[in-house]
Amino acid sequence: MSLSPDRYTRTAIALHWLIAGLIVCAFALGMVMTDLAMSPQKLKFFAWHKWLGITVLGLSAIRAAWRLLHAAPTPVAMPAWQRQASTFTHLFLYALLFLVPLSGWTYSSASGYPVVYLGLVQLPDLVAKDKVLAESLMELHETLAWLLCALFVVHVAAALKHHLIDRDDTLRRMLPWRSSRGSTENAV
Amino acid sequence: MKRLLATALAASLAFAAWAAARNVDPAKSTLVATFKQMNVPVDAPFRQFKGSIDYDAAHVADAKASIEVQTGSFDIGEADYNNEVRKPAWFDSARFPTASFVSTAIKPDGSGFEATGTLTIKGKAQTIKVPVKATSVAGGTAFDGTLKVSRAYFGIGDAEWNDVVDDDVTVRFHIVQTP
Repeated sequence: MSLSPDRYTRTAIALHWLIAGLIVCAFALGMVMTDLAMSPQKLKFFAWHKWLGITVLGLSAIRAAWRLLHAAPTPVAMPAWQRQASTFTHLFLYALLFLVPLSGWTYSSASGYPVVYLGLVQLPDLVAKDKVLAESLMELHETLAWLLCALFVVHVAAALKHHLIDRDDTLRRMLPWRSSRGSTENAV
Repeated sequence: MKRLLATALAASLAFAAWAAARNVDPAKSTLVATFKQMNVPVDAPFRQFKGSIDYDAAHVADAKASIEVQTGSFDIGEADYNNEVRKPAWFDSARFPTASFVSTAIKPDGSGFEATGTLTIKGKAQTIKVPVKATSVAGGTAFDGTLKVSRAYFGIGDAEWNDVVDDDVTVRFHIVQTP
């Protein structure tokens, strides 16, 4: 068992921000495309939205595997309820990284539209075409996406609270550039 | 005696098969177009079509077929899409409610035949050749085949949409005669 490092690994940091960026794009696209009137643009947006979702799904699988093999930094000191809330939020976020894309993929299959990743690779249908099932899956996908959005807000708020109010290293451990408050003090 | 009965039975069956044109059974027949949008293959059936087929397995070359399809019955699965494809840029179903295929020549070929005929969509005609497989089913014959249709040739879809929807459309038919 290796000692807990003071920050996340470079790979974990890269995956974290990449996935976060892709999710923001996919979410925004999802909001816009569903309101569009029938047009070629709408079909393009749907295709891009699906490609983003599948990319998030794939990267999340790599990320979860990486997280299991590499210890996370030791949490900074905080009350027990905050520790528990943090653990719960992170587990929930991880679950949604998989559930949101999977529910979208299943919804696409049920609607009779296979997902063709990047327009190149046709992915297998997860369920057969079924209009009634498709409507339920659409609602499930939407609900899960909003849940992810809510947790995203909690996650960002907590990170900013640690950074700006508690002035601890919680956010710094996940920043792409190295600027730990502790290490700066050590240098001085 | 047995042989005589068998001969009589065979003769009556042959006579039945030799009978004149029979209608297409809408409950058992399917007509599905597969098109690609953003490289995603989408299957969409035509829900309403009718036709008649005059087919005798013993005289295939004399066979005749005519099929008439309601373009407004094309069902992509969602009301928005369905309304779109009935518009003038696509099928223009208000002006051209039907598309049709009428055979002009039949050439026996293996377990089926090659049907030459006129395909008319949106008022534009094209002579096509379609390989058709004939299979005996309860009460008649089933005809299966696939044909490729160019949207551009018939003026189905406009430039804006051609960007996301492939020109080639594959039409798969499974036509069963009424008993």
